[in-house]
Amino acid sequence: MTEEIIIAGFGGQGVLSMGKILAYSGIMQNQEVSWMPSYGPEMRGGTANVTVILSDDRISSPVLKKFDTAIILNQQSMDKFVNEVKPGGTLLYDPNGITHHPERRDINIYRIPGAALAVEMGNPQTFNMIIMGGFLKIKPIVLLENVKKGLEKSLPERHHKLIPLNIQAIQKGSDSVETVHTV
Amino acid sequence: MGDVRLMKGNEVIAEAAIRCGCDGYFGYPITPQSEVMETLMIRKPQEETGMVVLQAESEVAAINMVYGGASCGKKVMTSSSSPGVSLKQEGITYLAGAELPALIVNIVRGGPGLGTIQPAQSDYFQAVKGGGHGDYKLIVLAPASVQEMNDFVDLSFELAFKYLNPAMILSDGVIGQMMEKVELSEYKPRWTAEEIEKISGSWATTGKTPGAQRRISTSLDLDSAKQEIFNHKLQAKYRAMEENEVRFEKIACDDAEYLFVAYGSSARICQKAVEQAREKGIKVGLLRPITLFPYPTKAIQEMLKNVKGILAVEMSAGQMVEDVRLAVNGKVPVEHFGRYGGIIPTPEEVVEALEQKILGK
Amino acid sequence: MTATTEINKIISKENMVYGKTSVLLDNEMHYCPGCTHGVIHKVIAEVIDEMGIQDKTIGISPVGCSVLAYNYLDIDWQQAAHGRAPALATATSRLMPEKYVFTYQGDGDLASIGCAEIIHACNRGENIVVFFVNNAIYGMTGGQMAPTTLEGQVTATTPYGRDCAVTGFPMKITEMIAMLPGTRFVTRQSAETPGAVRKLKKVVQKAFENTREKKGLSFIEIVSTCSSGWKLSPVKSNEWMKENMFPYYPLGTLKDE
Repeated sequence: MTEEIIIAGFGGQGVLSMGKILAYSGIMQNQEVSWMPSYGPEMRGGTANVTVILSDDRISSPVLKKFDTAIILNQQSMDKFVNEVKPGGTLLYDPNGITHHPERRDINIYRIPGAALAVEMGNPQTFNMIIMGGFLKIKPIVLLENVKKGLEKSLPERHHKLIPLNIQAIQKGSDSVETVHTV
Repeated sequence: MGDVRLMKGNEVIAEAAIRCGCDGYFGYPITPQSEVMETLMIRKPQEETGMVVLQAESEVAAINMVYGGASCGKKVMTSSSSPGVSLKQEGITYLAGAELPALIVNIVRGGPGLGTIQPAQSDYFQAVKGGGHGDYKLIVLAPASVQEMNDFVDLSFELAFKYLNPAMILSDGVIGQMMEKVELSEYKPRWTAEEIEKISGSWATTGKTPGAQRRISTSLDLDSAKQEIFNHKLQAKYRAMEENEVRFEKIACDDAEYLFVAYGSSARICQKAVEQAREKGIKVGLLRPITLFPYPTKAIQEMLKNVKGILAVEMSAGQMVEDVRLAVNGKVPVEHFGRYGGIIPTPEEVVEALEQKILGK
Repeated sequence: MTATTEINKIISKENMVYGKTSVLLDNEMHYCPGCTHGVIHKVIAEVIDEMGIQDKTIGISPVGCSVLAYNYLDIDWQQAAHGRAPALATATSRLMPEKYVFTYQGDGDLASIGCAEIIHACNRGENIVVFFVNNAIYGMTGGQMAPTTLEGQVTATTPYGRDCAVTGFPMKITEMIAMLPGTRFVTRQSAETPGAVRKLKKVVQKAFENTREKKGLSFIEIVSTCSSGWKLSPVKSNEWMKENMFPYYPLGTLKDE
């Protein structure tokens, strides 16, 4: 199994940390993982994206053009990556702020109102884990128990009290993902 | 399994330094490698192993601190990125001229000049062909994964002390900034004063023992005849490295009719390009130089029995390709494909370049 | 009694009033007649000998006339790139805190190309001793202008005299260094008379004692001559130094904490 994922959105949406938790979850189930961010001026509040690969085998390129899954969290990222999903691949997006919805018919498209749900939960920082929950519902590539271990590994100890809230957010995301189109 | 973590290449350099018994790190901040010193500052190795970590006033000062530390027989290192490594060249040639072991890490970014902060491989010439003045060579290791960032710190010190020569880890912003699974090395204690005396007592300036020969760390000899003899000695050392220390990896080479030659992050991209090209029925393999000096010249020559054409892939306008051409010596076509100025090529582009530049012939 | 036995009696150990320290090697010095490098080397060697720290002292030589200082003092040496001695000393002292580390630098090395390294080593308060031999000229390369060259002074690169409007002003780097909180002991001395040499020896001793007590950085400027560069006889050089250098670079201790 190899899953090549791009997660793209605004800086501050927790894109990089979501990728990190996903990668750590992969390690917890003995997979090879890579996490390759775009970095530099883009880090300062502009768009942020990270390529995450989980694989049972040695990972070749950490830098990719085409992806099995794209997780899209703003319009700029939609414009940039909608055509980079492999045919038969998956696109998950939050419709919040999206003006041009994806129209491809050769890929599976799902959406999740992550921003709205985070407001509902009263904590905007749960946003990325809601999205994660949605992703794992569609592609259960890592077990929830390994995500929990991944959270423990990637969060500093002082934030461990937030793990239950994160798990709750994952659950919420899992329950809230909607199918737009399947191949 | 040992201590397995998800870490950035730059962070791993710092962690590996602490674990391999490094005595001192001297650096100056520059993107995209500042995490090396930042990680060390967070880890506070001075409290754990006694390792000294110091932010110098400049790259020039940092490399000269390395010269001072290396002169004491200590395991010392610095890290920087391209513009900073240019500033270090003076110190690097002095280290080579004084036959001092040290580790210099270059997390390469695009140039020339201030260039960009994005990844590149355009410092190959500087690392492999000289950089500073005079006839000298560095031992140059090119990691292609975060795991190798860990492994090559210890290896660099081992080789540097074996040959009394500075070693360089030539990496780039891709390997430095990405996170991968890494199994960290076991802790090795720092050398004691007695061990240093035993290992490097003939040259380390630790204070003259009464009655013993005094030690002078210098690259100066105004007598040209002696200087020539010294240069012969250096050249003999470099030939010994070529004989004993060449490292490379071959991927999908057994039945290869075509060959990619690429190092570091380009090699990772080429690995994917091999998969994609083979799906199209093109029998292509990858030869990945791990040591850039000494270069795997013979390994490339041995591939020429079956290979009809070679594409050197690097994030530069064509630097390493010259060493491939020297090895091949006109026997098969050698072409170059590169993206530069901080652009990372995609595997798809590499396959396309192979089709156009090599198969199209 | 033969003449030889008579001489042997005269030079017997009991009659010895002065001896060359063994820390000073017998190698013939390359310095020009009248140059004070030799005297300063001797003073440092004597102090190292008297303090019994020969096996714990590491000298860092510069680029300039004293690049070959390692040929004269019987201790371990590092020879630095131009201006970088304080960086070498920083690492050496931090990695071997029990040692005595000193740099020996000229005015071009310390005040020009190595300005950043010396200022920052002083600012960090490294536990080292710095010897700064200021003769207001580049001796080794053939008498060019140094940062400390006086106004109007003729050098190979200021053949009509130093014009401060063009080249800036003679740099009082010792005064600058005394301002830095990292420095502990900053003094300006000379070595042209026996009295001056005696004073110099006292401060050299104090500086190495500061290292022993981990007090931080001691900085000793020695105002000196360069007969070859100044194109004056040794005697005239000393006169010129007293008339021109001492008023601009007054002797004395600037800081002693």
